Amino acid sequence: MRYSSVSTSLRFAQTERPLWAAMTPQEIFDSLGQAFGEKLQHKTEFRGETTYAIVTTDLSEIAKFCCAQLSFDYLLDITSIDNFGEEPRFEIVYHLYSMPHGANLRLKLKLSEEVGALDTVSDIWPTANWHEREIYDMMGIKFNGHPDLRRILMWDGYPFFPLRKDFPLAGLPSDMPDVAFTKVTPLEGGPFVTVPSTAGSKDREPRARPREL
Amino acid sequence: MPETRGTTYDSKIEGNVIFTRFDAALNWVRKNSLWPMPMGLACCAIELMATAASRFDISRFGAEVMRFSPRQCDVMIVAGTVTYKMALAVKRIYEQMPEPKWVIAMGACASTGGMYRSYAVLQGIDQLLPVDVYISGCPPRPEALLAGLMKLQEKISSEPALRDQAPRLAEKLEEALA
Repeated sequence: MRYSSVSTSLRFAQTERPLWAAMTPQEIFDSLGQAFGEKLQHKTEFRGETTYAIVTTDLSEIAKFCCAQLSFDYLLDITSIDNFGEEPRFEIVYHLYSMPHGANLRLKLKLSEEVGALDTVSDIWPTANWHEREIYDMMGIKFNGHPDLRRILMWDGYPFFPLRKDFPLAGLPSDMPDVAFTKVTPLEGGPFVTVPSTAGSKDREPRARPREL
Repeated sequence: MPETRGTTYDSKIEGNVIFTRFDAALNWVRKNSLWPMPMGLACCAIELMATAASRFDISRFGAEVMRFSPRQCDVMIVAGTVTYKMALAVKRIYEQMPEPKWVIAMGACASTGGMYRSYAVLQGIDQLLPVDVYISGCPPRPEALLAGLMKLQEKISSEPALRDQAPRLAEKLEEALA
């Protein structure tokens, strides 16, 4: 294997010769298309980075194939977006990178609030463990099969999901005796922002600055 | 009534005796040996470390004994952003410190929440603890922390040490001296 030194996470590839060993990045994407065809619903290219839209039920299968057969051995990040007011409400984006090829791949999928759960990829990329915990903590999206789905930043028992669009910027009051409490933050009419300039600190410092009309 | 005796000149003790109030002597001892509890929670803690290091040298003010145990500490330096998740832990550590004790809120976050107008950040440690000195800055320079420490020393030396901290001992002393 040419890339055996960098393929420590390619547990699926260790038994047989991987497909990517003799492939160019273009051929990799072609083989992804051949393997999944209609399951890759929508493809976009931007600055040499490829994005596929997929559906929730195909995620596990496609992720396994990307990791084992196509050398996407590095999960850069998982992000979640709350398109509040649209249906389906949530959007999850998997940012993949291939160390041997230097290629990027994004997988996007949409998730409705009623479903509210999708399969974990922490069995494929162990780093997904904490990423998925953060998404659960901030957005309230659950991951089926996750080994340890607890909140990661807020405490167990905090009743809200703070990065949802219907959560107010100032927060909401809560109280868990002997654990933690929260209060509503005084926002003075807007988010606190700084103004980068050479002015004095009194003019630069963070404060509520209503948008000028 | 205690017996009073006239003193005569004694060359052996000349220059080694001072007359002062007991309060003032106690305060003088306390303020020049403040043992801080380093409550480093964010970037202010880096400045706190710099203050303790050789260039600024907090030991010039007798406050260099920083140990991560609250049991022997006099002053808690809250250096950094106090999140709600950490807030009750800070309070608990403060309650473990023996009396007399003081609190320095170091920097904008510990004083007011600073730029974090957020669901996750306590808007000033003074909502939980009685703060003696607030230090502005984001983060404050080590000089600012030293200035705050000197302010605290001034405050301690102007406090009635016995009446506030040990009223029963003060009563006994007053009776004995009456």
